Amino acid sequence: MRHLISPMDFSVEELDELLNLATDIENNPNKYKDACKGKKIATLFYEPSTRTRLSFEAAMINLGGNVLGFSSSASSSVAKGESVSDTIKMISCYADICAMRHPKEGAPLVASTKSSIPVINAGDGGHQHPTQTLTDLMTIKSLKGRLDNLTIGLCGDLKFGRTVHSLINALVRYTNIKFVLISPSELRIPSYIREEVLEGNNVPYKEVTHMEDALPDLDILYMTRVQKERFFNEAEYIRLKDSYILDNEKMTLASKDMLVLHPLPRVNEISVEVDEDPRAVYFKQVQYGVYVRMALILTLLDIHIN
Amino acid sequence: MLNVGSLKEGFVLDHIQAGKSMDIYNYLGLDKLDCQVAIIKNAKSNKMGRKDIIKIECSLDVINLDILGYIDHNITVNIIHDRSIVEKKQLMLPKTIKNVLKCKNPRCITSIEQELDQIFILTDKTKEIYRCRYCEEKYSNL
Repeated sequence: MRHLISPMDFSVEELDELLNLATDIENNPNKYKDACKGKKIATLFYEPSTRTRLSFEAAMINLGGNVLGFSSSASSSVAKGESVSDTIKMISCYADICAMRHPKEGAPLVASTKSSIPVINAGDGGHQHPTQTLTDLMTIKSLKGRLDNLTIGLCGDLKFGRTVHSLINALVRYTNIKFVLISPSELRIPSYIREEVLEGNNVPYKEVTHMEDALPDLDILYMTRVQKERFFNEAEYIRLKDSYILDNEKMTLASKDMLVLHPLPRVNEISVEVDEDPRAVYFKQVQYGVYVRMALILTLLDIHIN
Repeated sequence: MLNVGSLKEGFVLDHIQAGKSMDIYNYLGLDKLDCQVAIIKNAKSNKMGRKDIIKIECSLDVINLDILGYIDHNITVNIIHDRSIVEKKQLMLPKTIKNVLKCKNPRCITSIEQELDQIFILTDKTKEIYRCRYCEEKYSNL
């Protein structure tokens, strides 16, 4: 039985297979509409989420399956003090697969060691968010036609931004990838990503504090939100939240085929005016997220449709 | 010279940095074992000036010495069987450390999950870096 806890759980070849399956689902949705008939996904969301939870639920419904779960720890037995280990043993009796989001880092890994059904990490604290990574990879591959030979700018909260950590982990495995890390010094990428992932894989990167300096060189600009929920100190959050705001003026500095991605939700780091720019693909990204989660559910349940 | 009787079976941990023997006593969980333990502090040493020594009379399978490699790989471990040294164990950094170190990341699942093993994995041998298995946070003594 397989789980998806970290983006590194799939090899590059397996990722290619998964993305090809997602593309086939995009092109032939009818072929897959009953693929999971009689199957159930449990969505165990211990912290608030709109798109990730709904994306999993939409994915399972599109495959003809059913959905059960909870959307905050207050409405589950966690409020009564139940451990992750006990919850997953119980859920294993109800569902065929589960997606878990948890504020504590490593919670889905703990669940996977006790579970008798596949566990998907739907985000654990500031740590990993592998299905967002799959979504990002599918968006880049579908719209750029490749996952190699890219210069990728990552902008905003690179310290707590789990989507950024997961995306770097996944992309360093492709050839000729360069990163430009754009953040205030307080929200720099964690040292382990810099030392072990980037330097450890000899991937070129530079760290800058001004978005304008980086924009002309980028193939992809990956924007992130400064996340209020990751700060213990509100004053620190208020000081940093408006560090980078992408608007039409800044977009004039970028190349004509640079793509703007964002894991969403955005607050104000991308002006609404940018939405009309054809290079802004963050809402298309949401649609790709459903296809890739459908492909993931089929893969982990070992369901093959000819 | 202080005289402590020789062991029939067990371990002699020699060349412990002076003053560190009680840390090792605790790391190895010797307080929980029902066996004879002699702790010699500040013994004279040609090599180190002063050193600590721990002698443990116990069967050879009750103590996991792997953690010593993490604490100080200069410690000499003599394994005693039938009153003679049968092996001088070479200490190496253990690949995993279980239930000895505690993750300090307040966002880690180990901070709330009941009876979860604290597991650290060696991720960089040269820099001697251990990371929590669950949250991947680097362990720091500070």
